[in-house]
Amino acid sequence: MIQLETNFEPKIVGFLCRWCSYAGADLAGTSRIKYPPNVNTIRVNCSGRVDPTLVLKALALGADGVLIAGCHPGDCHYTNGNVKALRRFRLLQKMLDQFGIERERVRLEWVSASEGERYARVVRGMTEDVRSLGPLNWKARVEAVA
Amino acid sequence: MGTKRVGVFVCHCGLNIAGMVKVKEVIDKANKQPGVVFAVDHKYLCAEPGQTLIKDSIRQHQLDAIVVAACSPAMHEATFKNIAQLSGLNRYNCEVANIREQSSWVHDDSDKATSKAQIAVRQGIEKVKLNEPLQPITVPVTRRVLVIGGGIAGIRAALDVANGGYQVYLVEKSGSIGGRMAQLSETFPTLDCSICILGPLMVEVYRHPNIKLLRLSRVEEVKGYIGNFKVRVRQEPPYVEEAKCNACGECAKVCPAQVPNEFDFGLTWRKAIYTPFAQAVPPAYVLDSTNCLGLLPQACGECKKACDQFGTGCMNLDAWPQVHELEVGAIIVATGYELYDATKLTEYGYGIFSDVMTSLEFERMLSASGPTSGEIRRPSDGETPREIVFIQCAGQREPETALPYCSKICCMYTARHAMMFHHKVPEGQAYVFYMDIRAGGKGYEEFVKRCQEERGLLYLRGRVAKVYEENGKLVVKGVDTLSGKRVQINADLVVLAVGMIPSSETHELASKLKASLDANGFFSEAHPKLRPLESPTAGIFMAGAGQAPKDIPDTVAQASGAASKALDLLSSPTLEREPTVAQVVGELCSGCGICIPSCPYEALSLNAETKLAEVSEALCEGCGTCIASCPSSALSLRNLTDEQMLAMIEAIVAS
Repeated sequence: MIQLETNFEPKIVGFLCRWCSYAGADLAGTSRIKYPPNVNTIRVNCSGRVDPTLVLKALALGADGVLIAGCHPGDCHYTNGNVKALRRFRLLQKMLDQFGIERERVRLEWVSASEGERYARVVRGMTEDVRSLGPLNWKARVEAVA
Repeated sequence: MGTKRVGVFVCHCGLNIAGMVKVKEVIDKANKQPGVVFAVDHKYLCAEPGQTLIKDSIRQHQLDAIVVAACSPAMHEATFKNIAQLSGLNRYNCEVANIREQSSWVHDDSDKATSKAQIAVRQGIEKVKLNEPLQPITVPVTRRVLVIGGGIAGIRAALDVANGGYQVYLVEKSGSIGGRMAQLSETFPTLDCSICILGPLMVEVYRHPNIKLLRLSRVEEVKGYIGNFKVRVRQEPPYVEEAKCNACGECAKVCPAQVPNEFDFGLTWRKAIYTPFAQAVPPAYVLDSTNCLGLLPQACGECKKACDQFGTGCMNLDAWPQVHELEVGAIIVATGYELYDATKLTEYGYGIFSDVMTSLEFERMLSASGPTSGEIRRPSDGETPREIVFIQCAGQREPETALPYCSKICCMYTARHAMMFHHKVPEGQAYVFYMDIRAGGKGYEEFVKRCQEERGLLYLRGRVAKVYEENGKLVVKGVDTLSGKRVQINADLVVLAVGMIPSSETHELASKLKASLDANGFFSEAHPKLRPLESPTAGIFMAGAGQAPKDIPDTVAQASGAASKALDLLSSPTLEREPTVAQVVGELCSGCGICIPSCPYEALSLNAETKLAEVSEALCEGCGTCIASCPSSALSLRNLTDEQMLAMIEAIVAS
């Protein structure tokens, strides 16, 4: 059951690859594009570094959503780490289903270094999606069932 | 490690940060974090007084690690790591929290921006507490350079590196070096004949003992990293032995296959065996196998017969493409530009009316070696045009429909075109439609003024709405915004100043180089102001219009700059690489080998004796893909371990 809080501000962990998406987020900054402050980022070298376990742990520790952002397919600085991230993400989605967690809470997005506007759009969209889903309440939903 | 004494430094960046983020609150919060023994703010941490503050504080408070909350780490991480190192810390005991690009600049709620900055600082604190001191990895440098693109940028860069004493491979996709500049008739503002100033440089490249010219070549694959790139280049055969060919042209005389000459933008014809242009370097004929009647099986072979009989017998129709495996330390990208497809600008009728031309087509017509030997003629009937209209900004500065940007050079060359027209057709009348004149450059404004004052040359400020044909004339309908009147000109010829776009293969090449492109498809620089010659991908430098539209002086300056960057890299036999690579935690590894194929660099292998995974540190790029693949968590990335990732996640969610 989703509890609707009036002033709910989702906490979202963002894993951004250093070469494309982190640079894209920086570009949003230099372009002064505004977006909600709900995503705090962790800079990783490659989206392929993001172990799905870390995503689940982030949710278990209290995040309401997790954003993974990497280079567009074909543009990966490390050849194809982003494609590996995509494969793991597909499996992770199935796992989320089994946990009963809405898929919208975990997103994989391609944001290039020139897409500051796109990064802002992704953050806006994700924040709104997670806000309308409400708090995750991992303990009540996952641990209680298990 | 948990007992590190951490210092936190929060930068105001003038008002860039302090105008939105409440710096004092960030300091207060940081002071409450376990491990933090000192926190201070400063107006500009990156400048000398700020750096001294960091240095002094590290000594005074016996700090073991620092967190600098400032601009993006992409900006000044190296600066702050250097200052940490200078103060006696290991440079990896420094973390940067991004509170400008990802906080103060993107939020307009001061409280929320402050809270986000506090979290970012806390992430930095938690991470730096777990950082281990590391020493850079030293690797040898391959002291050779690859230059991609044989236009003026590539030529200048190749010559500078070669003159510096290092070997250069110059890769050019067409049959000759020279690029766009070879197609130009004159150059502004001096009206130097373009090929007269370019030609000698082309010859110098050809004769230089340190330059290996690979024409008809394309980069197929790029592996490796700064200092040690391995590049595979595929070279199509010219079917003509370069050294033996004396360009007698007997082969072309008998060739039955005729195709539009791309050098003249289809205003002339060439044969399937041809020389790209009269001053081509190397000065040899090339067989264009796609337009030849057939090589496999041989359909005609007339060229070879003629060459054997009347020429030097230099043809070999059984040649095969060659693959070169090049090892270089640095790559200079000089891939240049093309023109935006003018047929998309339907209002101007290019491609429908033959007397509507692009500026580069007009350029060929002005050239003494061009299709009309420098005379201005209407393509439709060969008559000399009396009334000519130049349309500047064609498809440029139009974010909605065409190119959003300004190509920078069109105001200048249009002025030159109009002036040349006036010199060649003194009784003619030229009209220039412009939005505003951008003539920033040495002697540029004076040049445009001179053109504007010429008789028979009228500058009209406004845009053209429509061009159509009526009674053998091109009717140009526009507006003169200065007089506020509609204008209609019945012209004989219309020339469009179409914008510059990156060469068609730029995106493909960028993917191979793993170099990023900007929103318009040009190569991105590591920093638009401070590192304009470098790609964010280390070891890749850029020059010329592949990075942004620019004129010849800027291109040459950038090429020399890129060459000096490459020479700087090559000046030492070794270079230091980031030691933040993968490592195997021996007792956890089961030797399953799942990680081995996940590595794009073949840096992982199973040890023959122990049967456990091991990392070759010189090959590892630190992407971390293997870490996510390991089922037993036996792999870890130095200074970005799972433990550190979790600590940062906690810092975010615990707030």
